[in-house]
Order: sequence, then C-alpha cells, then structure tokens
Amino acid sequence: MADGTGDEQTDDAAAPGDEAREALAAELSELLGDAVVESHVEAGQNLWLRVDIEQWHAAMAALRDAGFAYFGFLSAIDWTDAPEGRYEDTEFDAAGVGEEDDEASSATAEETVRRGGGETRFQLLAQLHSPARHAAVLIKADVPEADGAPASVPSIIDVFSGADWHEREAHEMFGLVFDGHPNLEHIYLPTEFEGHPLRKDFPLLARAVKPWPGVVDIEEIPPELEAQLEAEVMAEFEASGAGA
Amino acid sequence: MSPPPTASALREQQAYVAAQAADARVNVELDTGDMTLNIGPQHPATHGTLRIACQLDGEQVISAEPLMGYMHRGYEKLCEVRTYPQCTTLINRIDWLGSFANEVPFILAAEQLMGVEAPPRAQWIRTILFELSRIANVSLFLGDMGVQVGALTPVFFAFRDRERVLNQIEEVTGGRFHPNFDRIGGLKDDIPRGWIAETHAVMAKMRGFCDEMEDLLMGNEIFQTRCRSVGVIPGDVALSYGLSGANLRASGVDWDLRRDANPGLAWDQVDWRVWTHPDGDSFARYWVRLQETREATKIVDQLLDGIPSGPIMAKVPRIIKVPAGEAYVSTENPLGEMGYYVVSKGGLGPFRVKIRTPSFSNISVVPWVMRGTYVPDIITILGSLYFILGDIDR
Repeated sequence: MADGTGDEQTDDAAAPGDEAREALAAELSELLGDAVVESHVEAGQNLWLRVDIEQWHAAMAALRDAGFAYFGFLSAIDWTDAPEGRYEDTEFDAAGVGEEDDEASSATAEETVRRGGGETRFQLLAQLHSPARHAAVLIKADVPEADGAPASVPSIIDVFSGADWHEREAHEMFGLVFDGHPNLEHIYLPTEFEGHPLRKDFPLLARAVKPWPGVVDIEEIPPELEAQLEAEVMAEFEASGAGA
Repeated sequence: MSPPPTASALREQQAYVAAQAADARVNVELDTGDMTLNIGPQHPATHGTLRIACQLDGEQVISAEPLMGYMHRGYEKLCEVRTYPQCTTLINRIDWLGSFANEVPFILAAEQLMGVEAPPRAQWIRTILFELSRIANVSLFLGDMGVQVGALTPVFFAFRDRERVLNQIEEVTGGRFHPNFDRIGGLKDDIPRGWIAETHAVMAKMRGFCDEMEDLLMGNEIFQTRCRSVGVIPGDVALSYGLSGANLRASGVDWDLRRDANPGLAWDQVDWRVWTHPDGDSFARYWVRLQETREATKIVDQLLDGIPSGPIMAKVPRIIKVPAGEAYVSTENPLGEMGYYVVSKGGLGPFRVKIRTPSFSNISVVPWVMRGTYVPDIITILGSLYFILGDIDR
C-alpha cells in the first residue's frame, strides 16, 4: 500500500538515535505513571518497559486502551544459571554460563543482559503491538518468590482474551500461578505430568543420559588455526566484496 | 366393517397422539443436550494431530475446546542446549510447509544481538526465498480449503503447482521442506545459474494457479454459501486474541509486519500492497490469502529483477558467540506473526528462546468463534483459520 509505506520507512531510517522509540517510552512512562519501574530502548530494535507486578493488570489495561490492542504473546524467563540444565561437563558453553561459584561476575553480567533490569528469578514477559501506530512494546514484570515458589500474579485474561492459553503455557512450563484464570490446567503436557520443564532446574534427561554429539562441532579450535581460518574468511570476503 | 368412531373416542385418540408427541419432544431435547463430538486427533482438517472436543445441542455447537500437545516437542527447552546454528535445524520443523520463513526471524534476532548485518544480496535472496515459502505454503491452503467443503479437484491442482515452487526452493537450498539454508550473517550459498529465469516462469504459472482457484472455487456457489458469513471474527476480537497474518487482515485490520515493522529485508524495495477484507468470515480469509499469494508472486518477480551483486555472507567468526542481551524479532510468515525472543548470556547457545508462533494464537480463538455455529461449519472454519500443528505445538 503505497500511502502507508512512506512514513514507516523514514521511522526505521531514523534508527540510530531511535527518537521514535525514545518518545514512545517517555509517553508510555507518563501514561502508566509509577507503574513503570524502568524502561529501556535498544536503538532500531525494541522498547522494553518493566512494570511493577502489583500493577501488571492495570498497566496492560491502560496500554490496551492507549491503542496497544494487539496481543502478541505472554511468557516468562527463568534467570537462574542452572548447571544441571546446561551440562557443563560436556564443555558446552564453558565461557560465561554455568559457573555457579562465580557469584560476583554473574551478577554484573546479569545487569548487561537484562533489558529493563530486574533481579528476581522469574520475570513475566509480554508483547503488545499497536496496529494504528505501527509500534510494539515489550513489557516485563518481576515475579517475587515466596517460600521457594513464585508468588501468584494477576491474570490479564479479562484484558486480552488471547492471554488464556499463554498463561496456561506459562503455568505448566514455569509453575507461575495466575490469579483469576478460570481454567489454569496443562495445555500441552499430560495432566499427571510433574515439574515445570522450562525452569532451569528441570533436567533434560535425554541430554543427561547421552552426551550430545554436536559438542564435537564446537570444540575449541587451536588459536593459531583459528587465526589462519579467520584470515581465509576475511580474504574470501574481501575478494567477493571487491566485485560488487 | 367397524362402525365410525364416536366423537369422544376421536378426542381420546387425538389426546393420546398429542401426549406422545409432547413426550417425544421432551425426549429429543434431553437427548441432544449432552452430545459430545470429538474431532480428531486424526482428521484431515487438522493438518496434524489436533483434537477438538465439541459439546453439541442438536446441530449447534455449545462449546468447542481444542486439546493439543500430541506433537509437543519442547523446542524452547531443546534450543537451550544447542548452539545457534544447531537451533535452526529445529526451527525448520515448526511450520513445516514454510520452513525457510521460520529460520529468518531467528537468524535476524541473533544478527541483531551480534550487531551483524547480512549484505544486500543475501537480504534480497532471503526475501525471495521467504516469499517462495509463502507461496508454497499458502497455495496448499488454497486447494485444501476446497476439500473442507467437499471439492476434491482444487487440492490436486495445488499439489501440482506447489511442486514447481518447491523445485525452485530445492534448486537453491537442496531441501524441499527443510532447507536449513539461512546463516547468521548471510546465506549458505548463492543462487544457481539460470534460476532467475526459471523462477519467473514459475511465478507466471502460480498466478495462473491463483486465477484457476478464483474461477474454480471462489466463484463457486456452493463454496460461497458454505463460507460467507460463517465464522465471523470482528477486528477487535481478532486483535485481543492475537490473531495475525491473513486471519487478522480478513477482519479488516490493516497490519502487515512486512510493511509496518520490516526488520531489514527487501520488502521496502519493491512495490506491493497489503490486502484486507472487512467481513471477517471464512470467505474473507480465503479471499485475502488468494490475493496475498498473487501479490507474493509479484514481489518475487520484482525482487528477481533487482538482486544486487556482491557477497552473500557478512564477515562473521567461524564460531558463533552471541553477545549478552535480549532481542525480539518477528516477521510476517505464511501463517502470521512468527517471532523469536532470544535471551543470550554471551555463550555459544541461547539462554532462552521464546517462540511466538502464529498458529497458537490463531487457533486460540476457536472456542470463541465456534460457539453457536453448526456442525458442518466446524470444519470450514477450522480450515479457513489455517494452522499447522507443528506451529501450534512447537
């Protein structure tokens, strides 16, 4: 549609500073008031808003009324570094992840990873889109833990009907409890299934029993060979690029 | 010969008949109330194994609840123990009719985190292959919808013509269904010699196929009666359930990620339009998909003529390590918005991948839209929503 395309492309072209997303972040922070704990803009990519879990429902309703009527998805993230989920004995990802004794460094790493901050183990994550404004927003909320289990969070099923199945999935995969959901049952897993598969402390048994052959592919290449390969790739790249 | 019945005897008989009839009515009403109809798990309309438990009252559906998980493969968990290149192998198998389109948003998300951008030639070929998978995927729907209303011919036409598109995809990627061809930073290979002309010819054939479907199926009176005003989804309901793709556009919402949130592919370089339909019924969904297939052939034609020269691979390290961060990239896949939320902690593999699949949200509207419809319409509505089971269950 010729008339619709023009504006959007200029928005994208302005990506480096990303004034559009900055402006949107400011506008939404004002709209939601003290519900917003933190906002984060990654230029040319996305806008994250972290809201107070107490005001999760109100924030979603306010965003919907502000035109963010398209419900993208709802899910969660488990931020624990679980060695048993990662199988560090296979040398997979030896760098960076799975070093449980390295509390300090993982804490600093965490800050750079988490868009919009936060420190709880579980974070809710949802995406909304405004078809009229062609703008999307990712909303996060920290889920506090009580007695080793995540505290229950308000269901947004009355705001977005589509949240029904997404909340059921987050419930079975992460063990989150959504207050006010009429039918919080397993959606994929058998009814009698125990545990929450997407939690990091849920072991992937197939992987524990039989080491993954793919590990062979990611063995460390000796530094001198790596430099040589690097040079070859570079030469090839320059050669093909020169023809352009 | 018996004497004629007296007036009182006649009255008695009539009263008896009336009582019987009243009794029968009561019984019928009681019987229809608790009828449960299970559709699937194995049913041609479900493109996989989806079970729909319907509560019926006579011919009318009181409630319909999709029950899935028969094919859940746990891709989100499996991705956590794989490297990025290994993940694409799994991701290919989500929507198995449009596999190449599945890879693209994941690769784009990884590229976004790495700060790598594929060279223009790679972006163009990516877009072409993306649109080819759309045509291959949706053309099957265009024929398959005929089967749902009892017309067998269109689906054979669809299989015949889809084959041509698959051949083109195979010629470039080596795989008909699971190309696994997209790489972080570009593509595995360049297109073969002579491919452009061949693809032009195939696109012309596919436009012919669209015309054929329009004549054969869409103009057909039976098809129209079965699909018009059936399974109507208003725009606000569609948005609230997160419907995407043609299902959303058939409800009158003018929204297409290719135009509105282009993550860097070549769609903004060519001239095309987004089709919408105000009705929101099964027919509108079919109509929009038909127009989109035709539009896709035009996009491919224009892209083929303008492929820039240059490398097909950016400079990326041999061992892909993705810097820490989070990214969400979604694209307008054949079935709707497919997105990947990738969390990296700076390792060789993703820390968490949330896969947002279109069919999962598209089918979540079923309980809403089925309420009050009639049994024969269940299948046409399901067919017109068009889902792939791998895309629901992942």
